[in-house]
Amino acid sequence: MGTRNPVTWLGSPAFPEAARTALADTQLRRNLRNATTTIRGRRAAAVAELPDWERLRRAGEAIKDRVLAELDTHLERLEAAVTARGGVVHWARDAAEANEIVLRLVGDEREVVKVKSMATAEIGLNEALAAGGVRAVETDLAELIVQLGDDRPSHILVPAIHRNRAEIREIFRRSGLAATGDAPRELAEAARAHLREKFLSCKVAISGANFAVADTGSVVVLESEGNGRMCLTLPEKLITVMGIEKLVPTWQDLEVFLQLLPRSSTAERMNPYTSVWTGVTPGDGPAEFHLVLLDNGRTATLADPTGRQALRCIRCSACLNVCPVYERTGGKSYGSVYPGPIGAILTPQLVDDPHDAQAASLPYASSLCGACFEVCPVRIDIPEVLTHLRARVVSARGRTAESVAMAAAAWVFGDPARYERAQRLGSLARFLGRDGRISRLPGPGAVWTASRDAPVPPRESFREWWRRNRG
Amino acid sequence: MADARSEVLARVRAALRDRPTPPEVPRDYERTGDASLALLAERVAHYRAAVHEVGPDELVPLLARLLAGKRIAVPADLPWQVPGVTWLVDSPPLPVAALDGADGVLTGCAAAIAPTGTIVLDGGVGQGRRALTLLPDHHVCVVREDQVAGSVPQALARLDPSRPLTFISGPSATSDIELDRVEGVHGPRRLEVVLVRAT
Amino acid sequence: MERIALFATCLTDTLYPATARAVVRLLERLGRAVEFPLDQTCCGQMHFNTGYAAHAEGLARSFASVFAGYDAVVTPSGSCAGMAREVHPKLGAGGVPVYELSEFLVDVLGVTDVGAYFPHRVTYHPTCHSLRVLGVGDKPLALLRAVRGLELVELPLAESCCGFGGTFALKNADTSTAMLADKMRCVLDTGAEVLTSGDNSCLMHIGGGLSRLRAGVRPVHLAEILASTEEDPWAPATR
Repeated sequence: MGTRNPVTWLGSPAFPEAARTALADTQLRRNLRNATTTIRGRRAAAVAELPDWERLRRAGEAIKDRVLAELDTHLERLEAAVTARGGVVHWARDAAEANEIVLRLVGDEREVVKVKSMATAEIGLNEALAAGGVRAVETDLAELIVQLGDDRPSHILVPAIHRNRAEIREIFRRSGLAATGDAPRELAEAARAHLREKFLSCKVAISGANFAVADTGSVVVLESEGNGRMCLTLPEKLITVMGIEKLVPTWQDLEVFLQLLPRSSTAERMNPYTSVWTGVTPGDGPAEFHLVLLDNGRTATLADPTGRQALRCIRCSACLNVCPVYERTGGKSYGSVYPGPIGAILTPQLVDDPHDAQAASLPYASSLCGACFEVCPVRIDIPEVLTHLRARVVSARGRTAESVAMAAAAWVFGDPARYERAQRLGSLARFLGRDGRISRLPGPGAVWTASRDAPVPPRESFREWWRRNRG
Repeated sequence: MADARSEVLARVRAALRDRPTPPEVPRDYERTGDASLALLAERVAHYRAAVHEVGPDELVPLLARLLAGKRIAVPADLPWQVPGVTWLVDSPPLPVAALDGADGVLTGCAAAIAPTGTIVLDGGVGQGRRALTLLPDHHVCVVREDQVAGSVPQALARLDPSRPLTFISGPSATSDIELDRVEGVHGPRRLEVVLVRAT
Repeated sequence: MERIALFATCLTDTLYPATARAVVRLLERLGRAVEFPLDQTCCGQMHFNTGYAAHAEGLARSFASVFAGYDAVVTPSGSCAGMAREVHPKLGAGGVPVYELSEFLVDVLGVTDVGAYFPHRVTYHPTCHSLRVLGVGDKPLALLRAVRGLELVELPLAESCCGFGGTFALKNADTSTAMLADKMRCVLDTGAEVLTSGDNSCLMHIGGGLSRLRAGVRPVHLAEILASTEEDPWAPATR
């Protein structure tokens, strides 16, 4: 413990630098533009079908806020309910502790099957298992593509969104998976054939959870392919790793999220498969069920009254799909399993280290356009949290050239006379103008004029005109 | 050092020092909706699943036609007798290889949700354990008109969360490659839903 | 409506005075007297959005005292209006009735036809903050549709951000430039002569990019189009 949080990838450059590399990859930008444009349109249609969408969002927000406000109580109730139904609950303070628990539970097995799970990706479980001699087989198609390609995920829902069909076929070919062509149908068929035997023989499965019901101890996983059902049903032992915030208080509360999540994420009325299980059911499914409750920075996030709304997140990825920054830089630029707008507010809070320069760069990876807040099914005000986290970065950094400049600007704006003197001084920049434009500014302005002209200041400010004509 | 459980709970309590007020949950969203077989049929078909609608007397002849000559896995308590089908009865539990090799599986369901085109299995009468409806490549599921709910809230209210539940909306599918939806990955690649009118 | 004040914004006051003059001309043409309190400076948005909330708080307080007593404060900027209306109250300095220009015309004065004349092919970029913070919706479009001689052409992917974002344009210059490039392509696809918008900050960004390309599309603030008449038509600002 006391080690770095694996939610960010070791060695990732700060966002602006990572984005520069990504922006130069034209194939990546094309793949992302196609994919995000498609899903944006579909989500809008799926949401427009429900006249009560805004009411559902408000209910979702309130349910999650209730959970957070009484989190200790709900966690204890969940633990009691799961235990009463024959499950075993484990608690993990951080990634290392969660990984140790899972490795111990895997026992003598050398191979486990996995359902796509953000929590296990966050803690670097696959790497930890590999270090312990256990091979984790990702069974979600996109996760499999990432795993076989020795790649990083770039999207919460569709981790291989940065790959097109030709690239995927090539990754499969190099891993010995024969696809008859590069049509998605043929690639999916190759994955099915590859994984079938694993499903039928594996003794241990590892999953995440979309929701857990505190009252009943029921755990919920939404998926599409059936790999989730395979993992949750066939093995003898099931280990589920879940963030402590993934609770809903009552069974009834799920009626809100089973409407919000599918339409926000895959833009479907309902995803193909949703599994709900409560502890152990004799004769149906795994004989052993372990639930690992993970903190790993969540309580630190909870401690910030403005920042804690990030814990409402249900990992739908709608904010990624509408984000103009994500659309151009892709997910890997964020250096974390949580990319996009939600990543920009969740990752730095989970890292909880004000001196981590990469994490500190994330809240600035936004033009504050607000598209994320507009689509968020649980109404996380992402722009509000972004500016809040920027303020945390600023206060942690202390005195910098920027803070000095900002203080000077505030001093100028703080007094109309000073402001007017500065205006007159600044208007001298008009002598930099040629043909009504300034093409090269000195100092920090050079960044602006690298790709845009700057306006030539006028001879007379508005206030001077006003004084002359109306004063 | 304290154990993980007490430490995590202590951190939670410390984080909530400001005592945020748990908000009331506004439940003014729609609770009811159209529970018609017509809507269910349309929504199931949208997922590219096959849909049939029959009167009570037409069910067995339809099943006989759909399953003729096939080897079909069934739960031990299946309420229908269909001639001309080879039954693989899941009692004692069939080995996974036998399920994997079956031509299909026939079950009933616990509930259905018309607006979302969803059927729900809860392991109750005529449904069997979860693996039964997972491994065969073709799932034929019978839904009675009185089982259809008009909204997600109505459906959840009818279900018992302590049972293992599977919500099924169309055949297995993936959109993982270029967000292009493909039906048929690991779960049954064909879903056939038989809707039975009350009269 | 007794007393109406103009909040010019620091950017418009300093760099785009023609826009503020246009607001004055337009409101006076509609029979409204408008005042310009000379003690106004900046709403504090740049400070707040960059992480300097304490500085922003001071500016928000000055803003509230400068505009205390006015029945309406009109500003030709969606993002500054959003800052004053949505953020200032959180900084303990709310209560000023601030309206973005199109909101003021349509909602408060109840006019969509302001008697303007602007014989040009125009496309409209809805700024993110006017759209998502203020929710001005189609009001600017309604105003533009009523302008005589104006041919309005739809901007593709209009609601997509232009990439300005204040200090974002400097801190994440490459990403900002990539967003700008896509926005400019959409603008050029329309074949419009004029790009208009409710915010000079976005116009400075897109216009700066178009100027670099020597694209010939001219950025003109919505207020300047609405102020333009047959007798006194819009003319490019002299610097």
